[in-house]
Amino acid sequence: MSKMNMVQAINSALDIKMSQDPCVLVMGEDVGFFGGVFRCTEGLYQKHGPHRSLDMPIAEGGIIATAIGMGVNGLRPVVEIQFADYIYPAFDQIVSELARLRHRSGGEFWAPVTIRTPCGGGIRGGQTHSQSPEGIFTHVCGLKTVMPSNPYDAKGLLISAIEDDDPVLFFEPKRIYNGPFDGDHNKPSVSWANHPLGEVPEEHYSIPIGQATISQAGNDVTVLAYGTMVHVAAAAIKQSGIDAELIDLRSLVPLDLNTIANSVKKTGRCVVIHEATRTGGYGAELVAEVQEECFWHLLAPIERVTGWDTPYPHAFEWEYFPSQERIIEALQRTLENR
Amino acid sequence: MAQEFTSRLHIPKAPFRPDEEPDFSYLDIPSPESSSKPEPLIDPNAIRHMAYGLVRVLDDDHKAKGEWHPQLSADKLRFGLKKMMHVRAFDDRMFAMQRQGKLCFYLKCTGEEAVAVAQAMALDQQDMCFPTYRQQGLLFARGYPVVDMMCQCLSNSRDNLKGRQLPVLYSWKEGGFFTVSGNLATQYCQAVGWAMASAYKGEDHIAAAWVGDGSTAEADVYHALQFSSTYQAPVILNVVNNQWAISTPQSFASAGTTFAARSLGFHIPGIRVDGNDFLAVYAVTQWAAQRARNGGGPTFIELFTYRVASHSTSDNPDAYRSPKEAELWPLGDPITRLKNHLISLGEWSEEQHLALQQELKESVTADWQEALSYGSLEEGPHWPLSSMFDDVFKELPQHLQIQRQKMEHGHE
Ligand SMILES: Cc1ncc(C[n+]2csc(CCOP(=O)(O)OP(=O)(O)O)c2C)c(N)n1
Ligand SMILES: [Mg+2]
Repeated sequence: MSKMNMVQAINSALDIKMSQDPCVLVMGEDVGFFGGVFRCTEGLYQKHGPHRSLDMPIAEGGIIATAIGMGVNGLRPVVEIQFADYIYPAFDQIVSELARLRHRSGGEFWAPVTIRTPCGGGIRGGQTHSQSPEGIFTHVCGLKTVMPSNPYDAKGLLISAIEDDDPVLFFEPKRIYNGPFDGDHNKPSVSWANHPLGEVPEEHYSIPIGQATISQAGNDVTVLAYGTMVHVAAAAIKQSGIDAELIDLRSLVPLDLNTIANSVKKTGRCVVIHEATRTGGYGAELVAEVQEECFWHLLAPIERVTGWDTPYPHAFEWEYFPSQERIIEALQRTLENR
Repeated sequence: MAQEFTSRLHIPKAPFRPDEEPDFSYLDIPSPESSSKPEPLIDPNAIRHMAYGLVRVLDDDHKAKGEWHPQLSADKLRFGLKKMMHVRAFDDRMFAMQRQGKLCFYLKCTGEEAVAVAQAMALDQQDMCFPTYRQQGLLFARGYPVVDMMCQCLSNSRDNLKGRQLPVLYSWKEGGFFTVSGNLATQYCQAVGWAMASAYKGEDHIAAAWVGDGSTAEADVYHALQFSSTYQAPVILNVVNNQWAISTPQSFASAGTTFAARSLGFHIPGIRVDGNDFLAVYAVTQWAAQRARNGGGPTFIELFTYRVASHSTSDNPDAYRSPKEAELWPLGDPITRLKNHLISLGEWSEEQHLALQQELKESVTADWQEALSYGSLEEGPHWPLSSMFDDVFKELPQHLQIQRQKMEHGHE
């Protein structure tokens, strides 16, 4: 075990897979010699060679297309899209090609590509460095979509993603790269060093894609969150004193509906939280699934706490970002219905 | 009433519209002897002129001439001729079957047979092809069973794509034929990635990709040029300039110059070749393959040809172009030209040609009967319904298991 932040945990996963399997390589803008703008690929170029840690031209569509071709020819590329906000030039390659290759070819061709991309706000990044587009991709069949909330999960899930023969979108909430964030930007930032999930094994381990984890057990209301929002929700629950059960989804597709349904059937109440905009967001899918599975157990309408349906703001970031206060209000509203 | 603009906007024009008499005399068609053949590893800057020229081997007198003459054996030429004729017989049959309502869609490559057939022959069997829907000739040249092609078009119980794709969007992994996407140009840069992986692994297999003239406008084409140039990927990037993109003339994508010229800014050789000249297509492809295999990186080839048939069975070209264009096309027909060459060599005859034509027609008819015995789109049998959920992921996740169950047994 050693203390790792999320960047180091990701780097460790990449290093281990590259050491184990000569077909694994990392590629993307600035990932090679320099080691990535967030330093996730630091040292891999020097250790494994320039051909395994490829700096690439600034053309996300070209990067993903190239990765697909490599995947078809037996490699296991791990692509970094520098910011999730810049994934759209590659949208066609991801949706029309990567996601559907296996199906459209009757199982003849597939490309085991992992796409890592930093997402989310809370970093004063404005609308071009803060987006959470996961819901756009969860709507696409043939893609697995995951988002870890801590270093331990990040490493285990990334190793699973790389070993998976299906394409995986691996969203990295960049606000929590260096430490957990409870939504209160006025507090000094904290590091992962004192967090139990900042304890990460040096060696290979994996966390299966498709399994949620109960971050915190409780009885009165189920809170569904992922990424940075797991920490904001935990702080809100603590502050409210409500006996809530917090589920960290970790994997959006496939979704661990069993864990969710078991919890909601127990609590009878549910609050869904994400940073992304509201309409048509992944939260809507969660609400739909929960009501289909648990309708007769529900004691109150399911609440959503999300970003507003506006482009991610710069000046008003903290009015946009789902706050502890908004989460507490939602928790209290669901509990008012008796 | 708002005042009309005096517009200065430039709109490219088609050379001839339906009521106009085609006259292609504006096309510069050099003689075979005027093109010199460089060393395969030459600096692209030394052969920039080739992007504006036209490599030809077969002259108007049916003789093979010039430095690009690939000196193929008569057997190889007859093989190429036979494959092109087989493609045409197949296309004709399938088109007719669509007209009779047996297929929902079909798409011919009439007039462009030399492109895929000669290029497949110039490549190694292990080289990977990323074709468009108009390179069915690759499958013929590489020996894919015709019945299997028909079964794909029929979406029947023997369709290797399990009824998931429109007719002609074939896939044949064993034969190095990548699954054709319905989305234009998306595979162009994937071929570059495939070629990069080949170099990464230290193998000497190369990749080849095709795109139409109209589709060169897609960003994927520039990604392919950029990435193949950056990493010197062993790949051949082909543009099949058949003059039309459905109803849109090539001038909407050509920017007033040749397509081959587009690679020059990427320091990639751009070569323009007479796409109806089997020997020239073979020679240029062989050159590019040699360059790629020896570490010289990519080559960009414009195959200058003409789309004789309608775009597809859903198209009526008489509405937008002169019906006489094909007949007046100055570069002739690829099958006729190779046939006449073989005859001029004393290696073929009109009688043999007619006999082969008849034989191929009959074999395609027999293949069709066999393919139909495995079912058709309208009447089945198809793959089992539950197979629809297979291959979305490698293994069926829980939510798809549930959906499959619901579909098969009704709700819950
Ligand atoms: C991305 C995309 N846009 C549009 C279409 C519709 N479409 C199909 S074929 C075609 C014309 C393509 O022309 P060209 O690239 O010249 O190839 P050709 O058909 O002449 O071989 C169009 C517009 C498509 N299939 N994919
Ligand atoms: Mg065209």
